[in-house]
Amino acid sequence: MSATLDTVHVPPTASQTRSDLWRWSLLGGLAIALVAAFFLNVAFGSVRIPLSEIITILTGGEASKPSWSYIVLAFRLPKALTAILAGAALAVSGLQMQTLFRNPLADPYILGINAGASLGVALVVLATGAATGFLSNVGLLGDLSLIASAIAGASLVTGLVIVAARWLRHAMTLLILGLMLGYATSAIVSILIYFSVPEQIQAYIAWTFGSFGGVTWRQLLILAPVIGAGLLLAVLLTKPLNALLLGEAYARSMGVDVQRVRFWLIAGTSVLAGAVTAFCGPIAFLGVAIPHLCRALLHSSDHRLLVPATLLMGGLAALLADLVASMPGSRTILPLNAVTALLGAPIVVWIVLRRDGPRSDFSS
Amino acid sequence: MSEPILQTDDLAIGYRTRRHAPHLVAERLDLRLYPGELVCLLGPNGAGKSTLLRTLAGMQPPLRGQLRLAGTDLYRLSPQELARRLAVVLTDRVEVGNLSVRTLTALGRYPHTGWSGRLTPRDEVAIDQALMAVGIADFAARSVHELSDGERQKVMIARALAQEPQLLLLDEPTAFLDLPRRVELMGLLRRLAREGERAVLLSTHDLDLALRGADQLWLLQPEGSIQVGVPEELVLNGAFQHAFRGAGVAFDACTGAFVFQHPPMGRIDLVGHDLAAVWTRRALEREGFVVSGHEDPPATLRVAIHDQEGQTVWRLHHEDTYQDFPTLSQTLRGVKTHWFAARTEQ
Repeated sequence: MSATLDTVHVPPTASQTRSDLWRWSLLGGLAIALVAAFFLNVAFGSVRIPLSEIITILTGGEASKPSWSYIVLAFRLPKALTAILAGAALAVSGLQMQTLFRNPLADPYILGINAGASLGVALVVLATGAATGFLSNVGLLGDLSLIASAIAGASLVTGLVIVAARWLRHAMTLLILGLMLGYATSAIVSILIYFSVPEQIQAYIAWTFGSFGGVTWRQLLILAPVIGAGLLLAVLLTKPLNALLLGEAYARSMGVDVQRVRFWLIAGTSVLAGAVTAFCGPIAFLGVAIPHLCRALLHSSDHRLLVPATLLMGGLAALLADLVASMPGSRTILPLNAVTALLGAPIVVWIVLRRDGPRSDFSS
Repeated sequence: MSEPILQTDDLAIGYRTRRHAPHLVAERLDLRLYPGELVCLLGPNGAGKSTLLRTLAGMQPPLRGQLRLAGTDLYRLSPQELARRLAVVLTDRVEVGNLSVRTLTALGRYPHTGWSGRLTPRDEVAIDQALMAVGIADFAARSVHELSDGERQKVMIARALAQEPQLLLLDEPTAFLDLPRRVELMGLLRRLAREGERAVLLSTHDLDLALRGADQLWLLQPEGSIQVGVPEELVLNGAFQHAFRGAGVAFDACTGAFVFQHPPMGRIDLVGHDLAAVWTRRALEREGFVVSGHEDPPATLRVAIHDQEGQTVWRLHHEDTYQDFPTLSQTLRGVKTHWFAARTEQ
């Protein structure tokens, strides 16, 4: 190229600067909202605790009633942290799957992880429940066996998919394989349900509702580093994710080792979604909806923006959904999955009905 | 002459299949691509243009033979090293979603940036140069999905240039464009080859454009061989006509264009020398008439072009009568009416 061009730099236009400003303020706003929602989530629940007491407890002071300290420290705090971790994990892995498969309907469970975990839980609750008296045992041991079985089921499906990702050339083949694995495992769950007594079925269904509430501090010590690692991997994969926006052929031509990137994307998603499902149940909807919401708000498909945005938005949405589900001031708790879908569906409908539609935000 | 950027020796291309013997598409390919050169890869459908391009792009290993990019075996380069030397523009229209022209162009820096993809000032300069070389610096901030097909194609080329490749491969880049955009694109690619000291290879179905714009043609024959030469040479030695022979069309080596072959309808006289006469002749030939030469005896039909007070008038003579037409369309209709009437009488 001629030497005169070397010194010329194209200045950013006014509209470019304006949209950049909007994007950065949105990210900042999301971070602030996340902190606020975290505080709200801790402050409100079935038991009414004065705000001043909440602040006292959070800053390490003694509450007027010991039970309040217990509720906040042993229950609400880990629950809120779990919500942030799970929401961020599901939203980011959903984003990864949508880009990898170039499919706006993809979510973290698209490769059958959800179904695998369900099978594990169903086997424990439905098949062995009767023998071991599972229902009378929903204490610590019950929780642990539930988590262990969910991990086992999710790992089984994930392992199959990861092995397949190593040698399958086309992402679409992988997608179909994952879907079929999902159908097959769901079928086995159906058969198990068919031969079970109502009490067992209810215990299984309670698990499928999803909840952030069952995670203890001790379990959080496992969940947090696992999800941290998965999110770190997602950040490291931001650059190839952007290249994948152009499709695998272009990505390859620009120097992306597509097979390897695909392997790590699937491994990361499996870890993120698998861990969340194991500890919180199959939390639906966040994984598919949050990436769309972020694309629409940011007017961008650039993953350098989308990864941090979905991370924050996922945590925020999970906190708010959990807050609504806990019905502050009442003794009832709504199923979490019902809340995420009821609050989220109108948002997705709004995205779809916008002037541009999702086509402009997403490669279809 | 300088060293070739791309060099193949006894290259055989095709598909390896799991169970059967490899499917050979073309063999004994000894090709050279030099810096500053624009080469068009031509061939009838199914001759293997895409296979050859994919092989040269490092996406489909050759069945045999040597393939060197700037002196190194192309299939031994790492994906990153390859992407720094060679960029491709594929034929399919990509839906990239909501990216600005500049962000999309910046993706071309992929093989030059670190793990985070952070752009150094050096990268920014390369992006600016790519945008300007293609002439889209003005709408760098616009979103790609607002662009027309032609503009989008230019963004994809800018992105390829941002890779700073020595070799640019394009698979049918003119496929979605209208004729003026195609000519413009061809001119752009010529300039990119000349000014950037890089080699540009494109496959195309646009024979006319290739004949006019390419430095060299690579002509894949249906039998799986390839002919290389300057466009005019391949017309003169008949390779061009051979590659594209088919029912109903013929390559007219005099005009350098493809013409429909109809059974000739008959001979007609044409009188006139201006531009109107040139296009009237084309219209008559398209309809299947042969326009009389100087030494032919008078034909039964004659079209004479007159100028009446600044208006062109077509006068159709038939035996002793004549009829005036104000437009060429009406003239053609008149000619055909007379012709069919005369034939029914016989």
